[in-house]
Amino acid sequence: MSTPTSIDKFIVSASPHVHSGMNVQTVMRDVILALAPAVLAGIWFFGFDAFRVLILAVAACLGFEILMNRLLGRPLTIKDLSAALTGVLLAMNLPSASPWWMVIIGSGVAIILGKAIYGGLGYNPFNPALVARVFLLISFPVQMTRWVVPKGISTGMDATTGATPLGAAKEAAALGTPLNEAGLPGNLDLLIGNVGGSFGEVSALALLLGGAFLLYRGIIRWQIPVGFIGTVVVITGIAHLTQPDKYLNPLVHILAGGLILGAFFMATDMVTSPVTRKGMLFFGIGCGVLTSVIRLWGGYPEGVSFAILLMNAVTPLIDRYTKPKVFGQPERKLFEEGTSS
Amino acid sequence: MKFKGGIHPDYNKLTAHLSTTSMPLLERYIVPVSQHIGAPGEIIVERGQEVKRGQPLTTPSGFVSVPVHAPTSGKVKKIAAFAHPMGKPQQGIEIIPDGEDTWWEDIQGHGPWRQLKPETLKNIIRDAGLVGLGGASFPTHVKLSPPKEKPIDLLILNGAECEPYLTSDHRIMLEHPKEVMEGIGLLMKVLGVSKSIVGIESNKADAKKALEEACPYDQVIQVELLETKYPQGSEKHLIYALTGRQVPAGGLPMDSGVVVQNVGTALSCFEAVTLGRPLIERVVTVTGSAIKNPANVMVRIGTPVADVINFCGGLTDNTGKVIFGGPMMGIVQFNLDAPVLKGTSGILGLVEDEVSQFEGSPCIRCGNCVDACPMFLVPSAMGLLVERNRFDDLGDYHITDCIECGSCAYVCLSHRPLVQFFKRGKLEWREILKQQEAASS
Repeated sequence: MSTPTSIDKFIVSASPHVHSGMNVQTVMRDVILALAPAVLAGIWFFGFDAFRVLILAVAACLGFEILMNRLLGRPLTIKDLSAALTGVLLAMNLPSASPWWMVIIGSGVAIILGKAIYGGLGYNPFNPALVARVFLLISFPVQMTRWVVPKGISTGMDATTGATPLGAAKEAAALGTPLNEAGLPGNLDLLIGNVGGSFGEVSALALLLGGAFLLYRGIIRWQIPVGFIGTVVVITGIAHLTQPDKYLNPLVHILAGGLILGAFFMATDMVTSPVTRKGMLFFGIGCGVLTSVIRLWGGYPEGVSFAILLMNAVTPLIDRYTKPKVFGQPERKLFEEGTSS
Repeated sequence: MKFKGGIHPDYNKLTAHLSTTSMPLLERYIVPVSQHIGAPGEIIVERGQEVKRGQPLTTPSGFVSVPVHAPTSGKVKKIAAFAHPMGKPQQGIEIIPDGEDTWWEDIQGHGPWRQLKPETLKNIIRDAGLVGLGGASFPTHVKLSPPKEKPIDLLILNGAECEPYLTSDHRIMLEHPKEVMEGIGLLMKVLGVSKSIVGIESNKADAKKALEEACPYDQVIQVELLETKYPQGSEKHLIYALTGRQVPAGGLPMDSGVVVQNVGTALSCFEAVTLGRPLIERVVTVTGSAIKNPANVMVRIGTPVADVINFCGGLTDNTGKVIFGGPMMGIVQFNLDAPVLKGTSGILGLVEDEVSQFEGSPCIRCGNCVDACPMFLVPSAMGLLVERNRFDDLGDYHITDCIECGSCAYVCLSHRPLVQFFKRGKLEWREILKQQEAASS
């Protein structure tokens, strides 16, 4: 018999014996790719400063990842690209004028406090980049809100510092100034990103392009971004209709601030959002409610980060109560307990 | 109707266009006593005894039991434990052919099936050793005997063949459409139903055409094309796709008034009745990148897999896995002395690159498995529970509804061994249920 029959020659494992070929690395790569247009737009508007923040954050996140792998005696995980993605997302959530030490601290918080102490990727309850952003916002409020207004393409003026559109609106509301006198940018500037804000959040158009790519690739599902943005539109829309002088119109709420970045790239973080479609929709709606409440009535002009982190905390609960009805099972009541009593 | 979930793997039906070929007689066959779900039969031959082709070697030991038969004429050399495709060595009967290949004297046709009583047909089917040829190997006559309180109004023929690579059912429908249709009529008579549907995946439209052209009863046997999606051939999903009926969780197709049989089983039933021939051979798809000349082969049951592979040119040097069945649910082999069984629909050889072992990493909760699960379970959560030995909670997640189709593991970004987790989890959960019952009684 010419065919070998030796037992040790063949691999023995449970089925299935084929795989789609997708893995953590390919998904992280796709998300980074999807962020590329917004990153390039940020660099275009904010110049070398933004590029510096990006390189610093990615390098520092990779460095901290290696450090934690070594300290905890785990295999190196930088190849899965999740640390690199955290770096990119963190950079995009910082002002382009961030001092270097703040970027490094943020990266350390993201990787160490946001991820490694829980056991690494997959076990972290909160989005690491947002943990870092909120940490920095609370610790260094001055540096975190020193927004550079881009060198206007139209005006050709040098960069200046100034408020974000949402910040300006909040201030106007606090002072009792009507919104139309607050000097807000036009919708076209908001769409392409010619406004003040975090380095990666300003160009709505570039972010939407990336979001569409992720939807097309099946990496994110529509439930979270649609639930999130839709809810913000509804709530801010009602507020705007009742008091147009005090509350911005919903289009500005979508285009200004971190809503699109948050809804397509941060809230959809796989590890920290629900696994069921229904759960994703609830999660998105919850993010939208919290964001609107903070923006309209809270102390901060922007609420996307807080909203997502708060919803991260309830993700396990959402998953638990949105288990799909099993094929062939009778209808299950929402709060019915399982078979073990 | 389309079922939700499922996956679209590469179908790789390399042998779809290849006519079934036959193998020459070999030097030995090993016929395992247990080849079906249920009690193995009792051996009725002795060492050294001369047997003829088609002669029964065992007799059923209960209702859920069928005999096995001699694949050719020759001498019983040994009755002992032999390598078995399911892993552990099992009792088998080794037969050394005499080269004559003479049929057993008692083999004769039973005449036109339309003139036979359902009960007679059922007995013929049992004595012919028929089991489901799709892979599950459940005795056919048992499936054809639903209890009175479960009225059956529909027979469904499974011609989906949703496992990648496999083409044996496809070839059977193309090469023996008339016999398959006759077999369906025969099964309908046994069940006393007036309607039947053949479900075929849309990538086999030629099979639908062949069956319809051969079909003398176009009023009662309907041939339907279904979406090409794995696991379309799962009984529950096939029934849903064809009728919209959901088999209740934990239930059987008969709970929805349906009996499902494989198209190959229908053909074998027809042959058993009209020719009197028991199930001693079947079409096996020998395929995959590690097989030099992929083919559809008529293989005698009991043929060692090494001989089948040699007939197809042998294995390549970089073979990684040899699998009985398809790549999604097939059982991996480590000993090529193991014989082909009644339920062996394919022998698949995959090269190392295709099956390179991935290190599983922690679940990143991407939700791909939730989308892919055709039973609407939450595989990610169940996998974590098993990994953490929290078997008590598995019932809440309906682990017993898992059909082990492997769709979840196929799409898992972290390459987690989910099916392996669930096989273990089911055993542990059943143990817990048993203990609960014992404690409460």
